[in-house]
Amino acid sequence: MANVISDETLEYVGILAKLELADDEKQRAKKDMEEMLDYIDKLNELDTSNVEPMSHVFPVNNVFREDEVVERDGHEETLANAPERNGNSFVVPKTIVGD
Amino acid sequence: MSLMSLTAVELGKKIKAKEVTVVQAVQESLDAIAQKEEKVHSFVTVDREGALKKAEEVQKKIDAGELTGPLAGVPVAIKDNMCTEGLLTTCSSKILGNFIPTFTAEAVKKLEQAGAVIIGKTNMDEFAMGSTTETSAFGVTKNPWNTEHVPGGSSGGSCAAVAAEECSYALGSDTGGSIRQPSSFCGVTGIKPTYGTVSRYGLIAYGSSLDQIGPVAKDVTDCATILETISAHDPKDSTSVERQDTDFTSALVDDVKGMKIGIPKDYFGAGLDPEVKEAVLQAAKELEKKGAIVEEFDLSLVEYAIPAYYVIACAEASSNLARFDGVKYGYRTSEYDGLHQMYKKSRSEGFGAEVKRRIMLGSFVLSSGYYDAYYLKALRTKALIKKAFDEAFAKYDLILGPAAPTTAPALGESLSDPLKMYLGDIYTISVNLAGLPGISVPCGKDSKGLPIGLQLIGDCFQEKKLIRAAYAYEQTREYEHCQNL
Repeated sequence: MANVISDETLEYVGILAKLELADDEKQRAKKDMEEMLDYIDKLNELDTSNVEPMSHVFPVNNVFREDEVVERDGHEETLANAPERNGNSFVVPKTIVGD
Repeated sequence: MSLMSLTAVELGKKIKAKEVTVVQAVQESLDAIAQKEEKVHSFVTVDREGALKKAEEVQKKIDAGELTGPLAGVPVAIKDNMCTEGLLTTCSSKILGNFIPTFTAEAVKKLEQAGAVIIGKTNMDEFAMGSTTETSAFGVTKNPWNTEHVPGGSSGGSCAAVAAEECSYALGSDTGGSIRQPSSFCGVTGIKPTYGTVSRYGLIAYGSSLDQIGPVAKDVTDCATILETISAHDPKDSTSVERQDTDFTSALVDDVKGMKIGIPKDYFGAGLDPEVKEAVLQAAKELEKKGAIVEEFDLSLVEYAIPAYYVIACAEASSNLARFDGVKYGYRTSEYDGLHQMYKKSRSEGFGAEVKRRIMLGSFVLSSGYYDAYYLKALRTKALIKKAFDEAFAKYDLILGPAAPTTAPALGESLSDPLKMYLGDIYTISVNLAGLPGISVPCGKDSKGLPIGLQLIGDCFQEKKLIRAAYAYEQTREYEHCQNL
């Protein structure tokens, strides 16, 4: 069955993905997602009712270590990559908007 | 003859024997880059000054007897998704166009400790998303064998640089075939190791459960030597595996007597170019002549690997790429109204079309209401695919097939139809889903003069079998240098 992505769904996915698509990009994104989902629906041919989802091929366990500082202080190099800084801080737009 | 036409191990021997200096080797690499780069464009960044300075340091350590390994002094190119301290690392994306890492990826560090000299960072599909190196924000890499064709991807820059003899060897990364497919298209050898063998620390993540770093070089000996150097358990990568069997060069033995090799019938059906098919089956015959037992079998589920992969890889990508937000590093949009618009505009302007397509799909399949139907379904399919491989490896030591269904497509042919491009990964992608090791070795050329790659797939941790069979096959043919440039 052909998948149909509504404007609302696309808008919602855009919020989750933190992407703002231009109008022409939106049309293309819809078509791309619909085609990919139609293709992905092929997986429904497989009976997986008794199969456990496998996220890793090997058993993966939590890895613990002592909380020891091994990195040197690289704050100057780190901040040098910031799009905007103020002294030793990253500058971000206002995060709380009052009335 | 350029020193760059030697294998990495051959050059390392000459340096050790004091027949050439490290500076000479590095200079020849830089000269080759200066001469060929305009035609191939393998690199995003060439670190001329850094490499020459490093060459002198390494030479001193070799002279002092501190560096004695086979790769000491040999110039290497690194795919631009591995962090290199103080050296621009872009992932071929505008969003990381000015990113200078404060640390070096563990695999790269292992090479540096062995005396490797980093010559530069190679071009790739943006965030390793693509099969042609055409989604790079910094221009297209061309196939050295025919510059009207793509080098493959996403490690296209690394493979093109090795084929064009701009460096001695390179590191690539493989999430769905990104080492093996471009190695096949460029006529070089590349290994995707078992998941967890090489640390992913400092590799900018695409699909974390699938990504592995591996070597790209002229021959199997180089690849085994490089892999031996970079493989190690790393506490900084919690999926890193502790292995005692990483002495991969011990498997460089020309002997496949009694080795059982399975050829999946499903890999030789519709969509496979007849010339590729013939070259690959001819390679199987060579192994048979050397005493391997070769037979056909049904692997099954092959057609489900690509849809499962795109769900899993895109889901992981949508999460991994959430860190690019225009705050701590990378691109930030110039005008915005508030925090959320800053995020959205920075990301929308900073990412290219293919990356956005995959983030959107990944966000969708993980969203409430679709998670079970898509994401969990794909993880269940992955379990079935792993089981199919387990059954195959109960009977066979190795699986043999093509690395890609065709030779390198012409530039500009692939991006217009993403789904068609994705289908080109059909023989490589399931290997990542099952965490297996795979190798691509050159096995001929088509009538257009484009290289064809033979893929061998091993069970988890069976790199030595791969290396042994690939090495034995390699003894039956000469390495063909690309002399187009």
